[in-house]
Amino acid sequence: MSVNLQIGEDGRLRHFLSIEGLNRALLTEILDTAESFAGVTEQSVKKVPLLRGRTIVNLFFEASTRTRTTFELAAKRLSADVLNINISASSAVKGETLLDTLRNLEAMHVDMFVVRHADSGTAHFIARHVQPHVSVINAGDGRHAHPTQAMLDIFTIRREKGPDFGRLTVAIVGDIAHSRVARSQIHALNLLNVGELRVVAPRTLIPAHVESLGVRVFHDLHEGLRDADVVIMLRLQRERMEGAMLPSEHEYYRLYGLTRERLATAKPDVTVMHPGPINRGVEMDSHVADGPHSVILEQVTYGIATRMAVMSMAMHPVTGQESHD
Amino acid sequence: MTEASIHIRGGHLVDPANGIDAVTDLYIAEGRIAAVGNAPDGFTADITLDAGGLHIIPGLVDLCARLRDPGQEHKATIDSECRAAAASGITTLCCPPDTTPVVDTPAVIELIRHRASQVDGARVVTLGALTRGLLGEHLSEMAALKEAGCVGVSNALKPLASTQIERRAFEYAATFDLTVFLYADDPALSMDGCLHEGQVSTRLGLRGIPEAAETVAVARDLALIQQTGVRAHFCRLTTERAVRMVARAQFDGLPVSADVAIPYLYLTELDASEFNSDFHFIPPLRTGNDRAGLVTGLRDGTLGALCSDHQPHEADAKLAPFPATEPGASGIDTLLPLTLKLAQEEQLALGDAIARVTCGPAAILNLPCGELSVGRTADICIFDAGAHWQVTPDTLCSQGKNTPFNGWEMPGQVRYTLRNGRIIFTREAR
Repeated sequence: MSVNLQIGEDGRLRHFLSIEGLNRALLTEILDTAESFAGVTEQSVKKVPLLRGRTIVNLFFEASTRTRTTFELAAKRLSADVLNINISASSAVKGETLLDTLRNLEAMHVDMFVVRHADSGTAHFIARHVQPHVSVINAGDGRHAHPTQAMLDIFTIRREKGPDFGRLTVAIVGDIAHSRVARSQIHALNLLNVGELRVVAPRTLIPAHVESLGVRVFHDLHEGLRDADVVIMLRLQRERMEGAMLPSEHEYYRLYGLTRERLATAKPDVTVMHPGPINRGVEMDSHVADGPHSVILEQVTYGIATRMAVMSMAMHPVTGQESHD
Repeated sequence: MTEASIHIRGGHLVDPANGIDAVTDLYIAEGRIAAVGNAPDGFTADITLDAGGLHIIPGLVDLCARLRDPGQEHKATIDSECRAAAASGITTLCCPPDTTPVVDTPAVIELIRHRASQVDGARVVTLGALTRGLLGEHLSEMAALKEAGCVGVSNALKPLASTQIERRAFEYAATFDLTVFLYADDPALSMDGCLHEGQVSTRLGLRGIPEAAETVAVARDLALIQQTGVRAHFCRLTTERAVRMVARAQFDGLPVSADVAIPYLYLTELDASEFNSDFHFIPPLRTGNDRAGLVTGLRDGTLGALCSDHQPHEADAKLAPFPATEPGASGIDTLLPLTLKLAQEEQLALGDAIARVTCGPAAILNLPCGELSVGRTADICIFDAGAHWQVTPDTLCSQGKNTPFNGWEMPGQVRYTLRNGRIIFTREAR
């Protein structure tokens, strides 16, 4: 169902809900399109008129600064009108159902929803219920997916390492169990035939049957980083200590924190990534975060071009007129 | 009111309790089974039903059906569901105590009985609350509930505050020879979960409910059953391991029985893999291996009953992101067809399959129905095994249209349902 939901009859992107259900050609198209927009965002006049007159609503049911800001900038650089709506969980509880909220916004002739919500499956649910001309972009749903984050990470890796993912070993380190970013990255890297994909964490942070997603599991950071070309560190939430997932940040850092010494087992030209925001001294130390291997700020920059690519592609098939070339 | 004398002629009678599986005649007088085979002396039929080509079985006893009444009449009512049950060959519905208000006083039992008596449909029996308000902290007035007619006690899906409360509740229930109906769940392990913890929950990023949420609870409950000597019934087991634990306890002589709800015999976690809320169940759909273990338990009798676990909802209850939807499926309409399908697919002998929805649950509830012995109440279902129908919202009689079996082709169409010797449902042959 997700395949039909995301891809239109013409084979082009209709909604962008999860990496799962897409194909390699589409991922490559997103990356190539993002590459063409990367030039735009570096010019002094940073706008293209692709989505002029279109209305995009950032519908955020969960707090976010970075993701919402880059979506907003991406939309504005495509010349769309942008509306930011932040609905805290508490006010959503007060009565209006999600579907009612959606219908009301649709009545204002919106063309696209960018949605973030704490419940897994929300973007799929919304995509199933919007009118045919409205597109939905998933900006993070529960622990399920954060596909634009994964695409900007892939874009970053491609810029750093070139287009041949088959020779790369990638290690994702940290809280896999609760991470929508990790799930999307795993699907994207496997779709691009990555050479080896590892996840590294204590058992409490590894979800059941994670191997079925196509990863090798490591519990030892030293082993997990050996000869890695790319290391992706995940953010650790404080709640994990309360839920008895971990004893302390201190022990986590001692065992899984990324330091220059630990990085020594990886390839000499290893690339270090993090979706942000970083807990310095928990996931990694500042020498690594700010060091020569880190591309953490590049990730943020590329986030705009990648989101421009996804937005313009998802809007495109509906009118079939405009082209970004 | 004297009931009509009825002669049911030439049907294929399947009565597992009496080991009958043959084409024969059935005679009903004064609301009871008067004879099987030859007419009793001086019998004159007021009504003759020609059952040629049809099956005759005891009226079904559904061990768990939520009628949503009182309290959630926007989902369903006693009226709507008792009629739907009659149209599906079900003559007895057992409803759990989690209505609003909770079934923890004789007044609520009386209210349900009164409403059910106004309907020409299935009879309704109720389980009483094990604890006051189902809050898990204070014992309910179980003796009063029993006197008022409840057929057992249960805390429905609600947890008990401690194992000590559970122990005392078991002891108190045993004092009055009440069966406790248990939902095997360790709440700390299942908290906020909405899907089996496994590859699908991992892929979809949904909070999982591990197998151990059920097995830990079964182990704890069995220890307390042993300690207290209470008669207990495990409702809706979902895992192969739990079935084996109960089988072992039965072998050891503990007074325990168990049932399974029919969706768990056909569906697994994989069916929920597209966030389709019709597959949101609590307890959750498990793995293929668990499904097979449940069928085995049903076949060898560890699981003595098969129920619908009927949970009708209004459409809005399923219209939200998966974790925010209400769990459960409407199941009254599909209980008999899916039971027959088990036999058709040779997972179970027809007699055994019928037993699990008739005499099996009747024995668990200690009710004098579910069989066609002479002198018993004439609760009867007559169906056409060869007639097929398709599940759509329109073909479901229940007010709840939420079914995971939408579009499925179902065998078996009920032609007549009799309760206490009275025809409460008739469907013309097509």
